[in-house]
Amino acid sequence: MVRCFLIHTVCPVNALGAGESRVLYCRVFGPDESLFTDQEREFSPEERRVLQREQTAVVARQVHSAASLSRGAAGRLLMEALPGEEALALQEADSGVLRLRAGDPFPEEMSALWLGVQSLGFTLVCEPHENLLLAEGTLRTLTRHCLEHLHLLGPGSEVLLRSDRIDALLSRLLPHGQLLFLNHRFAHSLEKEVAAYMTK
Amino acid sequence: MYSHGSESLIKQAREIQDSELQKFYSRLVKLLQGKELGYEMVDSLQRLHLILSANKYIRTLPPELQKRLQSLLSSPAEQFQVLSSAVLRETLPPAAHSGNYSQENIVQLNGHAAALLLSQAGSRADVSSLCTQLLRGLESRQSEGPTNSLTHTLPILNTILTHNPECLTEDHVTLLSKKLVDWLRYASILQGGGASSGGFFTGPRSRQPVPIAELDGTVSGDFFTVLCVGQSFTEDQWMNVFSFSALRHWLLTYHSVSNGNGTADTDDRSEVDGSVVSMVSATSSSSRLLPPKERLREKSFQYCQRLIEQSDRKAHKKSDADLQKACLVEAVCILDCVCEEDASLVFRAFPCIKALFGRLSSDLSFARVLLPIAQFYLNHGEMAAVDCGSVWALVFGRFPSELFNDPFLAHELLRFLRLNLESLQLRVPQYTHSFPNLLKFLAWDSPAVVDDFVDLLPSLVTAGTAVELLHTLLDLPCLSATLVLQVRSTCLPISEQSGRGLLSLDAFRSPSFRGLFLFLLRGEAGSGDTIDRLSTLHELLVETADWPRVVQCAQIVPVLLHIFFNTVITVADEKLLAHLILVMLERSSLLLNIPKYNKEIHRVFSSHLLRLCKLHPSLVMDQSHELLEFSGATANVYSKEEIYTHVVWVLGEYLSVSCDSRCSVTLITSCFEALEAVLFEITSSVPPPGADCPAPRVVTTLMSALAKLASRSHDLIPRVSLFLSKLRTVTRGGSVAWCSDEEDLVAIVTRGEELWSLLKAPGVAQSVLTPPAHVTTPQWHRDTNVALPLRLRTLTNLTHSH
Repeated sequence: MVRCFLIHTVCPVNALGAGESRVLYCRVFGPDESLFTDQEREFSPEERRVLQREQTAVVARQVHSAASLSRGAAGRLLMEALPGEEALALQEADSGVLRLRAGDPFPEEMSALWLGVQSLGFTLVCEPHENLLLAEGTLRTLTRHCLEHLHLLGPGSEVLLRSDRIDALLSRLLPHGQLLFLNHRFAHSLEKEVAAYMTK
Repeated sequence: MYSHGSESLIKQAREIQDSELQKFYSRLVKLLQGKELGYEMVDSLQRLHLILSANKYIRTLPPELQKRLQSLLSSPAEQFQVLSSAVLRETLPPAAHSGNYSQENIVQLNGHAAALLLSQAGSRADVSSLCTQLLRGLESRQSEGPTNSLTHTLPILNTILTHNPECLTEDHVTLLSKKLVDWLRYASILQGGGASSGGFFTGPRSRQPVPIAELDGTVSGDFFTVLCVGQSFTEDQWMNVFSFSALRHWLLTYHSVSNGNGTADTDDRSEVDGSVVSMVSATSSSSRLLPPKERLREKSFQYCQRLIEQSDRKAHKKSDADLQKACLVEAVCILDCVCEEDASLVFRAFPCIKALFGRLSSDLSFARVLLPIAQFYLNHGEMAAVDCGSVWALVFGRFPSELFNDPFLAHELLRFLRLNLESLQLRVPQYTHSFPNLLKFLAWDSPAVVDDFVDLLPSLVTAGTAVELLHTLLDLPCLSATLVLQVRSTCLPISEQSGRGLLSLDAFRSPSFRGLFLFLLRGEAGSGDTIDRLSTLHELLVETADWPRVVQCAQIVPVLLHIFFNTVITVADEKLLAHLILVMLERSSLLLNIPKYNKEIHRVFSSHLLRLCKLHPSLVMDQSHELLEFSGATANVYSKEEIYTHVVWVLGEYLSVSCDSRCSVTLITSCFEALEAVLFEITSSVPPPGADCPAPRVVTTLMSALAKLASRSHDLIPRVSLFLSKLRTVTRGGSVAWCSDEEDLVAIVTRGEELWSLLKAPGVAQSVLTPPAHVTTPQWHRDTNVALPLRLRTLTNLTHSH
């Protein structure tokens, strides 16, 4: 199962410190895991939310660091793709996978798959025995749709104001965090529904 | 992409004033009351969502607004479902929370409302009740009812199961097993929706049901799977996809647990008896008689076998070809899982897996599929008496040497090693000799995989390969550079046009240096600890010292060396440890010249030299010749100050009869003379050109070492005393050429005076400078003579004498 999906910055942000990442979209799936760990006291909903936000901030920071190191090592120049060149931007994207040790920040070990498209990172946090080939494919598809439907290659801020589109996309392609084995016909059917939503 | 505009939006959302926010809330309530669900409503909801999510601290909405948003969850327009669900997710659930929970029936909710309910679950009981509702809905489901609520059942259940498998009772498990069997094995094999193939002349009468097709276009001849296509799909075909997507997790949760309940069912099993292991694969015709769990296992088995066969077909689209690979991985994993549970299935599964391996083993683009196959071989190969040699040759041979730059393969392969460490060490003899290959992953992308190697390295440290491993770790940056050159060499034509990396690339391609690089790129240990022409190699690679991969690699080597030394003391005998000390001394000047790298390595060496000698003081005696040679070379004071200091210290501390009876007066004297000569030299002349003044610590350590040695052979005391008093006189004259800082000089002189006065009483000097063991390792609480409780008791008795 996928634990969460994030969109965050992987470039330096003026308002933040070095290495810090701004989380632009975050969707955590399933019931809160702190309900099931044996705690001495139960967390209130406020505390649970703060905990969740801090966990995702940690993930974003680690992916930011991994992406920067990976880009530095590869030594390629970041090319700026223009709106309309989504497929090219995706092809040129850096990708990788990070091991998140148990406790740092989730109670169990997790794998964080990431795609870095210019200044934004798209991250899927999966349970480690998950099918990473499928997860990788799903992440690429999600990223492609986000780039297209939120016009991320342009200068707008739609990722912040049109986050309902991402929610609708996730409810089709990653319902409640379940990765789906979709051949092109099933995918086509779902993508038609997504496209219908986006045009509203 | 991420602009200043977005930053300022977030800032505005965070800093919104409370009065403005309240105005916004009331406007929103008015809009919602008006029931005009237009653009302004959507925009306002989106802004509300941004305001609520911009802060990590949760806000509470006014109850009226909360109520209206709650009712919006069941709006016919999906956009409002999504928006209200998203907004409510960012707020506190209403106070009468538990009341809400029992009222809502999750089965009747749309996907977005269900997600909200799930995220607001406040306790285990809430989650359990959700589970029960879902399953009740499944049970009582007739053909009416919205489709989406059914397709979401499996994902929701699956996510609950991750944390709380106990919330399903045995009956629930049985029910769901039966449903899964139906959806997986008995889904419709006709295309859904009565889709006509189109065409001008086709009318309603010719709209016959069309059978589903395979990915290569041929008509499907067997049951429906995720690799079957059609124009549109029926509901049970959708459930087939959802079932398979959730299957592995389901099997792992409920089947891998060794359940005592299973034994109760064996009375019902008439055909498939687990105790009779059959080499000939049993047909599954009698599976109808199996209990639900076993039946699900059998159907999963068949489904996976079909997927494996379907993956051999040539898909028309690339996305389908990728899906075939993912399906292969999943199928093999599921087969592994069911075989773990029911060992009789191994003999049916192995021919299939073996054939798959044969088909894919020569194609490196299927490497990630071959890893689950390797796991299968590891788990069941022994039972089936199958030779796994070719599998390990791939995993430890071809994959690391040819696919080191695939980050996903690296992650999965290293994870495979971590999870199966014990098993591999037992069954794969070449594991401990495969570190030159495995370290290629680390050399290529250190930051991504160093965490895995922190866990794996201890298992690679054995007495037989320790020396070679040490050399390999020290030359990891060189391996890094070599791999970059190898990749560049294959990418770029022989006539290299870019100026960067020219010399090292030429060297890499030149036949006279080929041997050096081939040694670094070797796949197995055992052909030699290191090469003679190491310094040549370092010279050839000098320009690579600022390449990012090389620098990243150099940063993690000290960490690995610490792990290496911490592990090696547990497996090595004294002879090996002595050899390692030798390697440390040799390699301290034989490292790739990366800024700070030398210093860091020296620091690691120093701390472990100290530790080794403390554990086995006789090592100093074993390697006295090399240590003396090292400490007698004045150049080392300037170029390897850290190590030099520690070598001198261990000589002073451990070269004594009490540490090792082989120590003779002659040895002590020759050591003394060597150190004395160096001390004279560095305190009587200017440092050589290009070098800083020797650190005060070197001087004081030399003085202390001389004093210690003298205290063991009293004839040497006059010589030391003479030197120390001379030192005092010289420095009284003011500054000296070999020490730039006045405070340091004072410290040195003070130490000299202390030693001088100590040596005036040789007996005292001996017990202070060469203390016997029971003084250096006090056992205050263990020694009955000095134990604190005893003393206290004695004192109490004395003072409270009645």
